[in-house]
Amino acid sequence: MADIETTIGQVDPETGLKPMVINLGPQHPATHGVLRVRVALDGEQIRACEPIIGYLHTGIEKNCEDLTFNQAITLTDRMDYLSPITNNFGYVLGVEKLLGVEVPKRCQYIRVMFAELSRIASHLVWLGTAAMDMGAMSPFFYTMQQREQILDMIEMSAGTRMNPSYFRVGGLLNDLPPGFEEKLRAFLDGFPHWLQEYYALLDRNPIWIERLKGTAPITAEKALDYGWTGPLLRACGVPRDLRQTNPYSSYEEFDFDVITETDGDVYARYHVRMREMQESLKIVRQAIDNLPEGDWHVPGWKIYPPNKQEIGRNMEALIYHFKLFTEGIRVPAGEVYSAVEGPKGEIGYFIVSDGSGKPYRVRVRGPSFYNIAALPVLVQDKMLADVVAAIGSIDIVLGEVDR
Amino acid sequence: MKEILDALQESFGDRVTVSEPLGQTVVQLPAAEIVSVVTFLKSQGFNMLIDVTAVDRLGREPRFDVVYHLYHLDEKAWLRLKVQVGGDEPTVPSIAHVYASANWAERECYDMFGIRFRGHPDLRRILMPDDWKGNPLRKDYPLTGLDPLPPLVRE
Repeated sequence: MADIETTIGQVDPETGLKPMVINLGPQHPATHGVLRVRVALDGEQIRACEPIIGYLHTGIEKNCEDLTFNQAITLTDRMDYLSPITNNFGYVLGVEKLLGVEVPKRCQYIRVMFAELSRIASHLVWLGTAAMDMGAMSPFFYTMQQREQILDMIEMSAGTRMNPSYFRVGGLLNDLPPGFEEKLRAFLDGFPHWLQEYYALLDRNPIWIERLKGTAPITAEKALDYGWTGPLLRACGVPRDLRQTNPYSSYEEFDFDVITETDGDVYARYHVRMREMQESLKIVRQAIDNLPEGDWHVPGWKIYPPNKQEIGRNMEALIYHFKLFTEGIRVPAGEVYSAVEGPKGEIGYFIVSDGSGKPYRVRVRGPSFYNIAALPVLVQDKMLADVVAAIGSIDIVLGEVDR
Repeated sequence: MKEILDALQESFGDRVTVSEPLGQTVVQLPAAEIVSVVTFLKSQGFNMLIDVTAVDRLGREPRFDVVYHLYHLDEKAWLRLKVQVGGDEPTVPSIAHVYASANWAERECYDMFGIRFRGHPDLRRILMPDDWKGNPLRKDYPLTGLDPLPPLVRE
């Protein structure tokens, strides 16, 4: 992998010409947000490449230090905005670990269900936009329809579509609303058909296959070296999926396969994500079929606030409610690392508490940050158009890269 | 996992201290040892560097904790390394030549905390603009920024 600054100055001895420098982005649809990629070109071949990030930096880690533990959940929504629920997931699990509590089974199952639904939603956006990058316009319209159904279900439960903050420390915002199960089952029954439609649109399309096979490959060693996680790493043949290797929230009770491919190119990543959607569907079905009855938040009022009716009747409930919403939950001092398998890879939270109602430090390990860092390896000495395919296949969300 | 930690303890003696708060393995070590410890751990199968970050413990000397998270694929376990640094120019040896993922992570740590990584191939700001003053995640950096915000409209 060549260094861009030295490459720019190198003169070709035959032609006497220097490489041409081109900026892709920061404002371009193919960069999936505000990413700038500086490339040094020899004709159409890439001699060196440097991704430049930071255009969407909003200081989320800094802002978390000024909010109570529950308020900070709203900021985690805004990082990977295509799958906010998995972001909430890692954070609340971390805080619960510091508190030393475990949420009831029903809550764990509902969390798994929503995490998998948002994984499907995220992969659908990826499929639509990645195909659009390659010039296939129609898949986008198909995938958006199905994603809309998932967003409707999230809206039913959380009240908002994009930034739900549905998971709370010690529980959920609400139990499943009436009518949710019917809507979910309708989605589960309908989605396999739509998945076949996506395959029909792309899988035997010669342009799609030609364009993706062998494009932007990486070896498993390199991928591990760059800290790649999630579908990208599994496309290199490494079966690392935190849902199975380090199960959390009762994932060990679900039956699903970890999807791997061996080629490590864009085509392998496409197949891993497509088959992962089927596995997620399996998990959601098991979760709704075996959904336990009972509480959906931890008992007592010290962590999860009392409900509104109780506050009207009970003085003690009112006091707890007031304390929780002014001072926040008292989290014992300590440090914890909590990670979940997000649609893009390992979403890790390193949370430090000093015993007050606000986190002392929240570090977010966004998978996209590490994934995009390997872009120069993927496109070294390839054609310029492969950069677009590579960025599309990495499935970056700049909100998470820059935080 | 236990064999690796025992081997680590054997090679580095009392320079490293292993503890297990909340069931997570933490290794505390001096800054000068970080490259040799990380190289040793990589040879023992910790093939992923998951994250590098820091915590500003303002009021304590040394002031910063630099925190590394490693992952072992076969043991399926994380390991946290903690290094304390302080002084006017906190400096830690870089491990970017051991793990490629350390490159950007250390740059972010430098950008946000002003911690220098000696031997890093390209230590520049990564998220903030190049001419930015101060290090935003330090505890003495105000939430509203050091300079007053520029006016939103021209006079």
